[in-house]
Amino acid sequence: MKMLSTLQTPRSTLSRFSIPSTITTFTSHSQNLPQASITTQSPTTSQPQSQILSIRHSLLSRNLSAVDLVRSHLTRLRLTEPHLRSFLHLPDDQTLISQAHDLDRRIAAGEDVGPLAGVLVAVKDNICTADMPSTGGSRILENYRPPFDATAVKRVRELGGIVVGKTNMDEFGMGSTTEASAFQVTANPWDVSRVPGGSSGGSAAAVSARQCVVSLGSDTGGSVRQPASFCGVVGLKPTYGRVSRFGLMAYASSLDAIGCFGSSVADTGILLHAIAGHDRFDATSSKQEVPNFLSHFDSASSFESKPLKGLRVGLIRETIEDGVEAGVVSTIRAAASHFEELGCTVNEVSLPPFSLGLPAYYILALSESSSNLSRYDGIRYGNQVYAEELGSLYGDSRAKGLGSEVKMRILMGTYALSAGYYDAYYKRAQQVRTIIRNSFKEALDQYDILISPAAPSAAYKIGEKKNDPLAMYAGDIMTVNVNLAGLPALVLPCGFIENGTAGLPVGLQMIGAAFHEGELLRVGHIFEQTLENGRFVPPIVADSVE
Amino acid sequence: MSYTIFRTFQFHPFLLYPTSILKPRNRFFFSTTTKATQTKVPTSTQSKKLDKIPKDYEAVIGIETHVQLSTLTKAFCSCPYSYGSFPNSSICPVCMGLPGALPVLNSKVIEFAVKLGLALKCNLAFNSKFDRKQYFYPDLPKGYQISQFDVPIAAAGFLDVDIPLEFGGGHKRFGITRVHMEEDAGKLMHAENGNFSRVDLNRAGVPLLEIVSEPDMRNGIEASEYAAELQRLVRYLGVSNGNMQEGSLRCDVNVSVRPIGQSKFGTKVEVKNLNSFASMSRAIDFEISRQVLLHSQGQEDQIVQETRLWEEGSQRTITMRKKEGLADYRYFPEPDLPSVILSQEYVDAIQNCLPELPEEKRRRYEKMGLGMQDVLFLANDKNIAEFFDATLAKGADAKLVANWIMSDIAAFMKNEKLTINNIKLTPEELSELIGSIKGGIISGKIGKEILFELLAKGGSVKELIEKKDLVQIADPVEIEKMVDKVIAENPKQVEQYRGGKTKLQGFFAGQVMKVSKGKANPGLLNKILLVKLNSKS
Repeated sequence: MKMLSTLQTPRSTLSRFSIPSTITTFTSHSQNLPQASITTQSPTTSQPQSQILSIRHSLLSRNLSAVDLVRSHLTRLRLTEPHLRSFLHLPDDQTLISQAHDLDRRIAAGEDVGPLAGVLVAVKDNICTADMPSTGGSRILENYRPPFDATAVKRVRELGGIVVGKTNMDEFGMGSTTEASAFQVTANPWDVSRVPGGSSGGSAAAVSARQCVVSLGSDTGGSVRQPASFCGVVGLKPTYGRVSRFGLMAYASSLDAIGCFGSSVADTGILLHAIAGHDRFDATSSKQEVPNFLSHFDSASSFESKPLKGLRVGLIRETIEDGVEAGVVSTIRAAASHFEELGCTVNEVSLPPFSLGLPAYYILALSESSSNLSRYDGIRYGNQVYAEELGSLYGDSRAKGLGSEVKMRILMGTYALSAGYYDAYYKRAQQVRTIIRNSFKEALDQYDILISPAAPSAAYKIGEKKNDPLAMYAGDIMTVNVNLAGLPALVLPCGFIENGTAGLPVGLQMIGAAFHEGELLRVGHIFEQTLENGRFVPPIVADSVE
Repeated sequence: MSYTIFRTFQFHPFLLYPTSILKPRNRFFFSTTTKATQTKVPTSTQSKKLDKIPKDYEAVIGIETHVQLSTLTKAFCSCPYSYGSFPNSSICPVCMGLPGALPVLNSKVIEFAVKLGLALKCNLAFNSKFDRKQYFYPDLPKGYQISQFDVPIAAAGFLDVDIPLEFGGGHKRFGITRVHMEEDAGKLMHAENGNFSRVDLNRAGVPLLEIVSEPDMRNGIEASEYAAELQRLVRYLGVSNGNMQEGSLRCDVNVSVRPIGQSKFGTKVEVKNLNSFASMSRAIDFEISRQVLLHSQGQEDQIVQETRLWEEGSQRTITMRKKEGLADYRYFPEPDLPSVILSQEYVDAIQNCLPELPEEKRRRYEKMGLGMQDVLFLANDKNIAEFFDATLAKGADAKLVANWIMSDIAAFMKNEKLTINNIKLTPEELSELIGSIKGGIISGKIGKEILFELLAKGGSVKELIEKKDLVQIADPVEIEKMVDKVIAENPKQVEQYRGGKTKLQGFFAGQVMKVSKGKANPGLLNKILLVKLNSKS
């Protein structure tokens, strides 16, 4: 791996990220929150920095032991978790600390450690982990433990990453708030009365609240990007096929993608690099070469005055029209101006079939999910209900094990695939998908990247849309088209909406051509490093991080 | 990928009740007779009317055959499959349908499908795909079967069959509608007390080819000969062992009957549980006569679309389940697998490696001048045909080789329960043996003796002849001496012979042969003997 070699010479890499050469150990002013010795933020900089690179630097320069690092992270995690409920499963501290011990021993022995060594990675609960339960947020898989690691998890571990726990989510990814989790609702770290978004709400909240360094999520129709926007973190949905789906509990196989969360674009890119690439266990994973996403990153200090000169940016007109909160629109327009300041040409571009994406997405996703969820029958694993005959065994196990949102989606998907309806629904939706794909292709021939909001609003209140599924589904309008087209998209916080006492973050979505994650990350990094007030740390942890 | 320990794997007992709605149409049952409802058809009436069948009615028969492919690993994972292994000893997250597991196609499945498609003279789909066929049953781990729906890999072919002479003979061509790839399901094992069932997933994910015939067969023999030819074909191609007992080749037949002259098909009935070609033929003939009887009694409305089971014990079909409308499998393209794209080069490479097929073999043998009975016998078994061809290649005469194989060698194999592959005789030696007889080195009688020795113990013809001093005596002087000796020792018989009892020639020939220890050349012997007996010296 190219990146591995780069990261094994941390000093040369680090210099490009303008990370202070001496790591300041931070002492907390707060009574409540723990000493965050992992914090590497220089108080003078206002831009997000790569936590992964600074952790690596600290460990290799022996400024910090992995055990100390894990301990301090765990302390903050224990303090914040009761308020946030990001995790469905956390191993006991000793398990993680012994992994850290092992790492310290290897560093002391001068052994090579991977680029994710000592990095605490949270994993969405629909991604299989052999040493922890993996429920997909569903009662039917309560206490289910897979016998294998998902390929993405396996790669994270092989590169030294420490899986810190399994994060909360809407059941099998079916939801936009985590309210459809069978177990708990996660709170938004910016305002605990609000949802973190979903379905990867737990993973987004955990990164936002610095309960972990980076996290894995999954994105079928926006499940990484929308919570990234709501929680003010960076979220990346890679090109379909870029990351192996092996070990990801399937929601809609032709749309599902494992994605990454980080508190900086650099961290998100490092995590993507770790998990990307062909996997012989996933026939839909791409054999496209995985470039070193960070090789084109420049440190902020070396930026020219117009670092993105010549970049053609298209602002998707349909995403800033009616139905989108004014505050979101103005934030996105400000982001567009920022792009212009960086030397880009920004034009509005129309994608006429944009509004067709939502119905097409829901038909295809639910059709596939009605099939993918058939295996949860209580026969081989999961909760089984005792029954007198086979029909009831199936019916009762599924009735009890699956939540109402999941049942509704299975019913709709089953209907769409039924004899006599297939042509009217599934087939037409596939045709729309082709139209959308072509429309994106045309737009991306004209523009290097397309931008839009990641969601039509900022985080809303818990319970606000729970009983209005259509309003909830409509919230996916910004993101579903990207899944239908299979394209990569990066969401990064670009501003705030004023809302009561505290502002709520707003995410900017950048869409690129297939397999052009490197370009998205490069542009995203420059945008992030040059944005005024570019650091998004929620108040719940601000004290400990600042 | 092979996982041996599954923390999550549990056997969940559950009750099995008549679950006709859940049961798929194309499923093969091993023993479900107890759960079938019996339809009483008085046996006497049945058999009484049997003779009247063929005159006014004609049967229409179509066959769906599932062939289990003999790939080293399953269709979508790397688990091996071997029939009869310990339950759930050959399973992994993929074939168990664990959350997050994905199928990856075994390329051998495509290769075998293309092979069979070409051998059946089908049109290949150069761009086909997999689809999901959805239904719930405990032996189906994912809740759907990966199959092919609207674009099968091969379609519109045919199969040529020679009907054996004892069934009237003749050459028939039966149409093939389609050939598609799919995966097998697991097996249920029901507790004796009927309280619970267990699932064995060893077979789940084993690759199958489903071959659907046109409704071209008209009676049980044609149907079973079609199936037998298909078995022969898959064995010749090496894509399956074609073993019916183990379920590697499973046939479901659709039978309907209509008055001769009517073009519309009658209501079809599906018959299952056909474990041999013989039972297939009998089951169909029974079903035809059952339906004809109903027709002839004006009760054709009692023929309903249903699945019937063949009961070997009582030699009849019984109702298993009535169709409750068309099942909706909600087929849609399998999103976990890319399209199956064939290149012309790939297909050509396979075409060029196809072995000589049974039909081609039969036509070749026929051209050699062999009778149809010989032709069918030799081409029936790939190994025998290969043995035959190898013997011919050593220069032996086709007719003679055929005779040896079909008589003494076949009898030996039958008695010893051996196949041609585990007898000790080699094609080289058989050719040598036949050559030795033809060349007069040994007599036919000696040849037979040697043959049995070669069959049982092996060795070379030359060595045996030498070792046992079996070379034929073809020296007239030596034979004359023996003849003289026999004539001298049997004066009474000589007198009788010369008195007109010429039948005694055989007696003298036998005596001379005995004296020669069987080695005298029979032609020469008789010639000299006649001269001697008839000369009144």
